[in-house]
Amino acid sequence: MGRTLAEKVWDDHLVRSAPGEPDLLYIDLHLLHEVTSPQAFDGLRLAGRKVRRPELTLATEDHNTPTDNLLQIVDPISRKQIETLRRNCEEFGIRLHPLGDAEQGIVHVIGPQLGLTQPGMTIVCGDSHTSTHGAFGALAFGIGTSEVEHVLATQTLPQAKLKTMSVTATGQLREGVTAKDLILALISQVGTGGGRGHVVEYRGEAFSSLSMEGRMTVANMSIEWGAKAGMFAPDDTTFAYLEGRPHAPRGAAWERALDYWRSLATDPDATFDTEVVLDASAVSPFVTWGTNPGQGVPLDGAVPDPASFTDPVERAAAERALQYMDLEPGTPMRDIAVDVVFLGSCTNGRIEDLRAAAEVLRGRKVAPGVKMMVVPGSAKVRAQAEAEGLHEVFIKAGAEWRFAGCSMCLGMNPDKLTPGARSASTSNRNFEGRQGPGGRTHLVSPPVAAATAIVGRLAAPSDL
Amino acid sequence: MEKFTVHTGRGAPLRRSNVDTDQIIPAEYLKRVTRTGFADGLFAAWRSDPSFVLNLPQYANVSVLVAGPDFGTGSSREHAVWALQDYGFRAVISPRFGDIFRGNALKGGLLPVELPQDAVDWLWDQLEANPDMPITVDLHAREVRAGEKTWPFPLDDFSRWRLLEGLDDIGLTLRHEADITAYEERRADWLPRTIPAL
Ligand code: SF4
Repeated sequence: MGRTLAEKVWDDHLVRSAPGEPDLLYIDLHLLHEVTSPQAFDGLRLAGRKVRRPELTLATEDHNTPTDNLLQIVDPISRKQIETLRRNCEEFGIRLHPLGDAEQGIVHVIGPQLGLTQPGMTIVCGDSHTSTHGAFGALAFGIGTSEVEHVLATQTLPQAKLKTMSVTATGQLREGVTAKDLILALISQVGTGGGRGHVVEYRGEAFSSLSMEGRMTVANMSIEWGAKAGMFAPDDTTFAYLEGRPHAPRGAAWERALDYWRSLATDPDATFDTEVVLDASAVSPFVTWGTNPGQGVPLDGAVPDPASFTDPVERAAAERALQYMDLEPGTPMRDIAVDVVFLGSCTNGRIEDLRAAAEVLRGRKVAPGVKMMVVPGSAKVRAQAEAEGLHEVFIKAGAEWRFAGCSMCLGMNPDKLTPGARSASTSNRNFEGRQGPGGRTHLVSPPVAAATAIVGRLAAPSDL
Repeated sequence: MEKFTVHTGRGAPLRRSNVDTDQIIPAEYLKRVTRTGFADGLFAAWRSDPSFVLNLPQYANVSVLVAGPDFGTGSSREHAVWALQDYGFRAVISPRFGDIFRGNALKGGLLPVELPQDAVDWLWDQLEANPDMPITVDLHAREVRAGEKTWPFPLDDFSRWRLLEGLDDIGLTLRHEADITAYEERRADWLPRTIPAL
């Protein structure tokens, strides 16, 4: 019987398989950042172990770094965490891209950019959005700190077999609808637990016609509906993105790699454990109203009435969410005024996202009283945007042009929402307090973020 | 890792679904470089509310958390497990867990116990009426006992054995080092390296 993409990658990484035990998988690339690694390195030191394959490991500084300067980390506890990473990388011989380095950036932006993320690989990181790398047809997933230590010590990971799922998007996306809208619509359909225990493969025309950036946005948010990983079959779009990148194979090796990558696509007679279908042609710009990514509606819609949920658990969750978000049922989404617009993160901080927002902002102004932050996903994205003059568009519109990092995606570095402040954010999580204690988040696409900044209320470019 | 065999303790009813790891421990608390000392960050935003369940005197010294579905979704932060353990929890009961949280909990010896929603509803009602009701989580038998009720819970044999024995995964994997080396010898030559090989 045929195999799926995920099964092929899994099988090709089997170090050992024994009945009654999880499979032992080899890990091709291990990404590290400052937050989830210090205790893992401590564990190694305590046990007198080394890093087995430093040359399959890469570290960056992203979560805890400031985005207003490249020199100074003011918070002493954050500084200590960064210094700890630097010391650990030095001690164990790991390549690190520190704050200020030309390749520094969000861990999930720099892997693909360097060409380190390739089809058919296994990629892990102590970060749930590692699913991003699945856009290339890699099996990529987030792990905890104990697992980080395990991979450092052994370059393998024990994993129980996963179930497979296909999400087929039928039809084409309408004009002005982005990958972000598609994934938000999907999550609102299947719920935050809908993908649990599965590796998902995104299939169908609407997914396969996405750019690599769009695929990364979708794969990134796989974890937001509970999936272990999200994958796209590698194709010519993937190969064109990779060719010539610093770590992509060259010459004869490139040809051998291509042959292998082409063999990875799901066989026609393969079956998935679960299948989901989504009508992509019906998706319109999508935004969230609640405190989990599944609580979303079309921008044309309104805040739902909790009484409309039949499931008592969902109803209670909606009531709590509306209270936290300070919203009334029935309020049109377009009436919701925001204080802050955040454009960035590993979901939507790549060059294509910045271009899409700049196109909307060109020649326009951010509404009075609204603060807009534009935070490139990596130093390279920032340099590229500056080469294209996008930064001038942002600055002229009144937005802040920042250095690369996770920034306001999570309330960890100095970029935070103040209590009660409301944001439109291109990031991936609208959890209570995610962007700062008491902050309220509406997840949106880059064009919606830009239009919202101009209007001061949730809006689409077509409203301008 | 600490062994887990049978644990009997008092429970706290957390009537919420989608308790994500940002709620369990907000990012602000993740700056520490140690594995301990996270108890103060547990549910930090909710703890400022005097009516929050863990602030009620009748739920002092609880060790079993009973929560709604999709507990531990979101971030991969293992600090969420460490914070629950530092606070004194040995087991969390929920109809459904986030995958990474569940894996982290099993690694650290905090038992994630999956019970159906009707069992969780029953436990919530009972714990509110009678906060002193003991709950027994029995890993040998893979069952939860409370009042006159007994529910089985699923857990694969391998994870159960690891927990019962308190075994560390790295040690287990290193028994198969020859297999790892053999695999390394057959890896494709085009696969990327971050630095020149040592
Ligand atoms: S940008 Fe946000 S989601 Fe992405 S790695 Fe950083 S904190 Fe995590």
